[in-house]
Amino acid sequence: MAKILMKGNEAVAEAAIRSGCRLYFAYPITPQSELIEYMARMMPKVNGTFLQAESEVAAINMVYGAAGCGKRVMTSSSSPGISLKMEGISYIAGAELPCVIVNVQRGGPGLGDIQPAQGDYFQATKGGGHGDYRLIVMAPGSVQEFADMASEAFELADKYRNPVMILADGMLGQMMEPVEFKPAKTDAEIEELGKQHHSWCIHPNEDGDKKHHNEINSLEIDPLVLEKHVNELYEKYAVIEQKELRYESFNVYDDNEILCVAWGTASRIVKSAINELKAAGKSVGMIRPINVWPYPYEAVAKAIGPKVKKVYVFELNTGQMLDDVKIAVSGKVPVDFWGKVGGIVFTPAEIQAKLEECF
Amino acid sequence: MTTELICAGFGGQGVLTIGKFLAKAGMTEGKNVSWLPSYGPEMRGGTANVSTVISDDAIASPIVSFPNILVALNQPSIDKFAPSIRPGGILIYNTNMCPHGCKREDIVQISAPMVDIAKEIGNPMVLNMLAIGVIIGKTRIIKYETMEEDLTSFMKAKNPELLELNLKAIKRGIQIAQG
Repeated sequence: MAKILMKGNEAVAEAAIRSGCRLYFAYPITPQSELIEYMARMMPKVNGTFLQAESEVAAINMVYGAAGCGKRVMTSSSSPGISLKMEGISYIAGAELPCVIVNVQRGGPGLGDIQPAQGDYFQATKGGGHGDYRLIVMAPGSVQEFADMASEAFELADKYRNPVMILADGMLGQMMEPVEFKPAKTDAEIEELGKQHHSWCIHPNEDGDKKHHNEINSLEIDPLVLEKHVNELYEKYAVIEQKELRYESFNVYDDNEILCVAWGTASRIVKSAINELKAAGKSVGMIRPINVWPYPYEAVAKAIGPKVKKVYVFELNTGQMLDDVKIAVSGKVPVDFWGKVGGIVFTPAEIQAKLEECF
Repeated sequence: MTTELICAGFGGQGVLTIGKFLAKAGMTEGKNVSWLPSYGPEMRGGTANVSTVISDDAIASPIVSFPNILVALNQPSIDKFAPSIRPGGILIYNTNMCPHGCKREDIVQISAPMVDIAKEIGNPMVLNMLAIGVIIGKTRIIKYETMEEDLTSFMKAKNPELLELNLKAIKRGIQIAQG
């Protein structure tokens, strides 16, 4: 298939439809508006359901219901809207249901502004909603990756019966880059995907056995039952932590004097700075976590070469992934941080200047 | 090779479209491209700008700090972005709306009364196509044929008259660039 020049917001929507998503519930917010608009335009053409809910809270609970029926379902929003969805996300995680949530982050806290930011890292990876649960969190670095993650997120959500969040930002949402899509799933394939969930989901009773039914619930009033349930969730998360680590190594060599760690939009800008320094004979490497939960602690630790004097973390926040990097580095070398906030994106020149100070 | 462009002007002058058609043509020619608009409240009647990168290699930052090419359709765009043009780079500007021009001598400057020329061609809307023509004429980062092909498939059915004016404007831009 030929490449198409597309905004990240539209690309992820198209890819979700191609992955078999036929149910989408959301409430509009900038800078993810093109995503909801694309769904409004395209869902009727594939006999899907697009519904603009009365609020984010309503939208996530519609997702809860649809996921309970074993269907591929998605919602999307931007930072303040994701906060509103957090109660529902906790319920979905507690009830062990698959779904995909896209967060096109903007500046915060509060209503903040509408420019790109990475201030929701803590919310996405450390909780956000209440209780002991985890989301699988994927952080795209390009429009192509944003699109690819839609199908990967649905696969992971189904595999682990767990909500998956794609943590993008206003820049990835608004930016256009060439995208190549995978072939779309056929109606028969989508039907088959739904049937794979019949052992646990709510579905019409086909065998006539009226006594048999599945229940979707996140309430376990008996402490001993809840204890068992949460422990089982954590066994599942432990498997995810082993099997679903993803990261990119960029220019990581034994002669690196600095190791950068950056994710998403920030990593693109750090790459430019590293390329400029490389041309000037200065060796800087970078680890880019692609999944930010589970976090690739070992990959970060292993990338610290013999000459590395400092690990430098760059984020569009005040230092959130920084905590994970410190855990990974475990005091072996100093860890420094620099970031921009308020929806202001640092430039390659600024990062280059910060790195040059280290030589 | 990597070419980094910034196109800037008033909202409504079509600067985002300049970047979009250049990026699309670059993609058609098999290059890596990125297109990053400024967005937000500043676009409503205010200034708009877009960073476009066209490269043979994978594109790192879509944000451009030091452009090889700046297209400035008004004076505030020159004031804001011209100081960061790479030495030896190109400034293309519209003299109708840039009364003070640019004083740098280490860059190539190409200017024309683009508003007047666009009106003369027959539609003020083709101003941005003039700028595309200048870029094609001066740099050859993309071929005229690719642009004609892309525009034709995009506009022929919808608005064949405007397509003809657009192509005329691009050709005029090429002439301006080649002096």
